[in-house]
Amino acid sequence: MASIALSRVGKSFGTVSVLNEVDLAIEDGEFIVLVGPSGCGKSTLLRMIAGLEEITTGTLTIDGERVNERRPKDRDIAMVFQSYALYPHMSVADNMSYSLRLRRRSKEIIAQAVSAASAKLGLDPYLERRPKALSGGQRQRVAMGRAIVRKPKAFLFDEPLSNLDARLREQMRAEIKRMHGELGATSVYVTHDQIEAMTLASRIVAMNAGAVQQIGAPLDLYDRPANLFVAGFIGSPGMNFLEGRCEQGADTSAVVLPKGFRLPLPLRIPAADGEKVTLGIRPEHVTVDAQQGEIEAAVELVEPTGLGVILHLLVHGEPFKLFSTDRALIRSGARLRIGLPRERLHLFDQAGNRMAAL
Amino acid sequence: MTGRLLLTIAHRLAILAYIVFALFPLFWLLKVSVTPNDLLYSEGVRLWPSHATLDHYRFVLENSAFPTFFKNSLIVAGSTSVAVTALSSLAGYALSRFRFRGKYALVALMLITQMFPLVMLVAPIFKMLSPLGLTNSLTGLVIVYTAFNVPFATFLMQSFFDGIPKDLEEAAMIDGASRFVAFRQIILPLTLPGIAATLGFVFTAAWSELLFALMLISGNASATFPVGLLTFVSKFSVDFGQMMAAGVMALIPACLFFLLIQRYLVQGLTAGAVKG
Repeated sequence: MASIALSRVGKSFGTVSVLNEVDLAIEDGEFIVLVGPSGCGKSTLLRMIAGLEEITTGTLTIDGERVNERRPKDRDIAMVFQSYALYPHMSVADNMSYSLRLRRRSKEIIAQAVSAASAKLGLDPYLERRPKALSGGQRQRVAMGRAIVRKPKAFLFDEPLSNLDARLREQMRAEIKRMHGELGATSVYVTHDQIEAMTLASRIVAMNAGAVQQIGAPLDLYDRPANLFVAGFIGSPGMNFLEGRCEQGADTSAVVLPKGFRLPLPLRIPAADGEKVTLGIRPEHVTVDAQQGEIEAAVELVEPTGLGVILHLLVHGEPFKLFSTDRALIRSGARLRIGLPRERLHLFDQAGNRMAAL
Repeated sequence: MTGRLLLTIAHRLAILAYIVFALFPLFWLLKVSVTPNDLLYSEGVRLWPSHATLDHYRFVLENSAFPTFFKNSLIVAGSTSVAVTALSSLAGYALSRFRFRGKYALVALMLITQMFPLVMLVAPIFKMLSPLGLTNSLTGLVIVYTAFNVPFATFLMQSFFDGIPKDLEEAAMIDGASRFVAFRQIILPLTLPGIAATLGFVFTAAWSELLFALMLISGNASATFPVGLLTFVSKFSVDFGQMMAAGVMALIPACLFFLLIQRYLVQGLTAGAVKG
């Protein structure tokens, strides 16, 4: 087990920078999830930790030792690939024991390690099979088995579940979490799926356009997103945003939405009078109230999910989503009145960064 | 239903016609090789002679220099195919996996070498090889054939390497292999079909090459089989029977070779490597 530290780590191809300087200290035993849309640099960052991509600037240390120039084979880390990358000409047992055979471990140690891993992953009946005779979920397990047999310093996962169907993904997700609990191994996990990030991570690193946007515990990112990107990326359905202008009063402020609708806030926000601000509220925090509701909205589309219902609304001509577990809303009419609880509002300044909390 | 059946029949017939068309010269080769000389012209275009004989084979094996030609061809084609495959698999891997300065210039240069008609190159090559003592030698032929076949074989091997996911060797390197060990233990076994195809392609190309063999070799001692075939053509007559018998025997190694490698040619070894 190990700690991993990235200090101002960056990557560029020629003059094109794909990853800005990243600072990240990963504690021993932590489960870090790098999340972001495709092309945000998360996979590149993971591959740099693995040693598959050169580090252009900055320092990478594992257990306090600088490893920038160390070859992948000498970093003692294991990686699970999105494509599984099983060796097709080897049996499942040989796939799992390859790393130990390269290290010339004795036959007894190898047999023991393989049988322990296969028992843990339920692969015993398949040990003699070739990868092509396995289902997607089984291949995924073999890939995990290959990583755990050799007890590496850290595990790296590159979107390991993206090729599985929804049910299997859910099952494997729980299994990865359980395994991390048992092994307590330092893990870095890349995904574009924010649910995977929320459920697995001890800390999430949200990335966009080659830069880290926010690092924090999953609920931190959900409750206190640092900027518009994180606010929009974490949570499903995504957060609603309403753009408006700040109106400063004596002790309190208000936000004026484009159609002249004025939304008074219970406190004063640090923005200049007339400055552009963005209001955010999660669909699950919007209330429906026929009498007290302050905003009138038109119902565009109703999506029952079983657990609840997602209403697609138009608020002053802007798309707006509402999530509620109240099934009666499935038969809501063409119009309804909604409320925006002030304590649930997020406020972002002109640059898109979070302003002081409400 | 019947329409579909008719279509299937038409399809099979078309394939049959193609096979007959493609294989007929081979059949004719065999037929002439077993036709006694006195029947060759008198029976004209009969599909099979009224009595067959192996006399031509016996004569070619016992009284001509054919066994020498055969051995020379085997040495030349065998060495060339092994040398070309070894070089082109390393070069193809580099082209497939690495980014390096001058890569595209190198590829362009290799393509350009494929554009010249070989006839143009005979004289300069002869001029180069003769002071080195490499004319009239099998080594010289192997060098020339290797030089001409490496570029195409490299492209061929590169396309096979391109078909193997990069993830596999990256996984191996993370598992603790150096790049070369990953290449040898993971990538090469998966490229066996490609290696077999390249071996086969180069072997047949070198086996049947005539122009350079004719120009660089004089005398029977180091002549290859295609040159040797010409010795059955004298100023006054062509000994078709013996020539065809030699031709049939020359087919044997090529057939054996493909029999040996065909299992790799048809095998999709990478199936199951990654998702799919």
